[in-house]
Amino acid sequence: MSVAAPLAITGGRLLLPDGSLVTGTLRCERGHIAALGADVTPQPGDVVHDAGGQIVAPGLVDMGVFAVDKPAFHYGGITRVALMPDQTPPLDVPSRVRYVALSGKPDFWVHPLAAATQGLAGEALAELGLMREAGARGIATGRRWIADSGMMMRIMQYAAMLDLVVFTHAEDAGLVGKAVATAGEMATRLGLPSAPSEAEALAIARDITLAEATGARLHLRKVTTARGLDLVRAAKDKGLKVTAGVSPAYFMLSDNALADYRSFMHLSPPLRSEDDRKAVIAAVKDGTIDTVVSGHDPRGSEDKRLPFADSAAGMAGAETLLALTLNLVRDEAIGLGRAFELLAANPARLLGADAGRLAVGAEADIAVIDPDRPWIVDSDQMAASAGNTPFDKQPVQGRVLALFKGGTRVGVKKKPA
Amino acid sequence: MDLSRPGGSPKALFPMPSPAFSYPEGSAAFPHRGLVGIAGLEPHEIMFLLDEAEQWVDLNRHAQKHRDLLSGLTIINAFFENSTRTLLSFEIAGKRLGADVVNMHAAQSSVKKGETLIDTATTLNAMRADAIVIRHASSGAVQLIGDKVDCPVLNAGDGQHEHPTQALLDALTIRNAKRAFSGLRVAICGDILHSRVARSNILCLSSLGAEIRVCAPPALMPAAIEAMNVEPFHDFDAAIAGADVVMMLRLQLERMQGQYIASPREYRHFYGLTLERLARAQPDALVMHPGPMNRGIEIDSNVADMVERSLITRQVEMGVAIRMACLDVLTRRGRGVEGWA
Repeated sequence: MSVAAPLAITGGRLLLPDGSLVTGTLRCERGHIAALGADVTPQPGDVVHDAGGQIVAPGLVDMGVFAVDKPAFHYGGITRVALMPDQTPPLDVPSRVRYVALSGKPDFWVHPLAAATQGLAGEALAELGLMREAGARGIATGRRWIADSGMMMRIMQYAAMLDLVVFTHAEDAGLVGKAVATAGEMATRLGLPSAPSEAEALAIARDITLAEATGARLHLRKVTTARGLDLVRAAKDKGLKVTAGVSPAYFMLSDNALADYRSFMHLSPPLRSEDDRKAVIAAVKDGTIDTVVSGHDPRGSEDKRLPFADSAAGMAGAETLLALTLNLVRDEAIGLGRAFELLAANPARLLGADAGRLAVGAEADIAVIDPDRPWIVDSDQMAASAGNTPFDKQPVQGRVLALFKGGTRVGVKKKPA
Repeated sequence: MDLSRPGGSPKALFPMPSPAFSYPEGSAAFPHRGLVGIAGLEPHEIMFLLDEAEQWVDLNRHAQKHRDLLSGLTIINAFFENSTRTLLSFEIAGKRLGADVVNMHAAQSSVKKGETLIDTATTLNAMRADAIVIRHASSGAVQLIGDKVDCPVLNAGDGQHEHPTQALLDALTIRNAKRAFSGLRVAICGDILHSRVARSNILCLSSLGAEIRVCAPPALMPAAIEAMNVEPFHDFDAAIAGADVVMMLRLQLERMQGQYIASPREYRHFYGLTLERLARAQPDALVMHPGPMNRGIEIDSNVADMVERSLITRQVEMGVAIRMACLDVLTRRGRGVEGWA
């Protein structure tokens, strides 16, 4: 790998780990941040990038994505992702994990999450230890919850020994069945198969109990209900190693959005009630939520141009992750520093990556952003491999102007005119 | 109660519409392109369809039942889910109005070969149908097709969402037997959770002013059903007390047993319409069922066959008339009928 010339990003407002903004320069050498601050100046031989007064922030670290869709991630300012094992074939053997770990380099890093069970079937342990040695940064149950509590306990025992975080999908399988919506007035009016929102709390309660029993680190990929968030809050108060994520859809939308049966609104877990939506915002504010993630899951028309219940769940979220999270900043629910904790610092910490923050020695994954620049989401013109966004045609604010991975500029795909 | 009234005008017998239900001229009376559901229909639009159906009730009672109103039009009945009665009813309705009616069964269709629903819809559209009647197992599927084709679509049942012509035919049946909807107490009992008939009837009858009670065991009651302007009951004896109309729903035994109900006999014990239970309703309470019935489970034979109380065969009769009215009204724009083009 060739060593890139040192980089100096000048004239920007540097977003520091404590949330403060400092006007100054950031220098990178050999892929890492070498110096930053008001008194730093470019050195002879540096490639100089003028940030033009915009915000210089860490590149986003996205956890639990379903596709290595580099153009979409770069567009969204995302420099590394944790990839779900739900691939074809699944990431359940070391060779595939090793392959995936290298698949994005040099301008994009993929941290594979090892399948907890063979074929993600929930029935037999996968080679978690060997997959860790092959580069897995965590273990994931996949799109589904593992119903067998004995199996789940043994997964967590191995995870605790291997010090790998376990990503779970928190929906009790028995309650969910074939549900595609949350039980409530909207699902009843639309006649959609639905499950009570308690399905999430039930699953979380079990997984937290097992995490406590085994000492494993548990990360709940998306916590979307008030009751589920209460359980997470209580576990954290108790000092358990439990963290929780959410994606912007759950603080932006409720199940009212299902009204037209638009399959782009078919998400997993399903959109919740308005009360749950507000509870998610409160949990982002009070620290119960640790990460805001895209859950990026591009789905083509063959999966989405179907009746709602027959369509595949999931949204292409990489491009809108930053802008939608900045809504919370504009609404003064959180500050900019907290936003980047959720989008970069916390995910990096969970994955054990020395990134996600502007600090000397950290990897030079850097996004120059204009948090106020308006644009309109357009499902027909996305960088992602598919345009299945629930936010089609919606105006948003916040764009990445330049992105650097390991101190080297990466191309941000321009929107087609 | 005599509903045969040969040769008589239904409007003379039943002085409708009441002032509340006077409707505008021409296409403004029913401005919708298709009939996807009862949701979104104004009460006067529902009454318009009921009034339009009366002429076909009359016609259907004559030996000569043919009109050339839709002559030259092609109507496709695209049934992606099995049906005998509804398909037959739509087919008869289209043929009595002179249309060329073609039935497409899922079992014979390219859907089995993996074609997507939208591709099928596009294909039907390219064959230049003048109306497409659709039944599909997925809620929302009819609307999805409706958005992709140029002709009107009629929902013949989509998943657990709506079955609007069933609700209209039930409303017509009730109107002809009870005259006024306002204050009418209707008890709907059975598998409310999975029933599109229940949803459409709730929307239709409450829109027309009836008071609706729904009754089911908790496992078969949808969440937040009271938001649809109904009173939920788990106790059938309480739900039926004082009811003017008792509407029973078909229990889909094959998917119920062991999952949603323990056994047919336990279900009958708590939720079967027996003579004793019917006695709790109004003395002149009427009994309805969308068919096909599970005799001895949700309804006893001696109730279903009560000549003076059971409207079950009359519902089937009204079904043809309602579907004729819907096909006529929805194709008026395409036929260039004055005031509708």
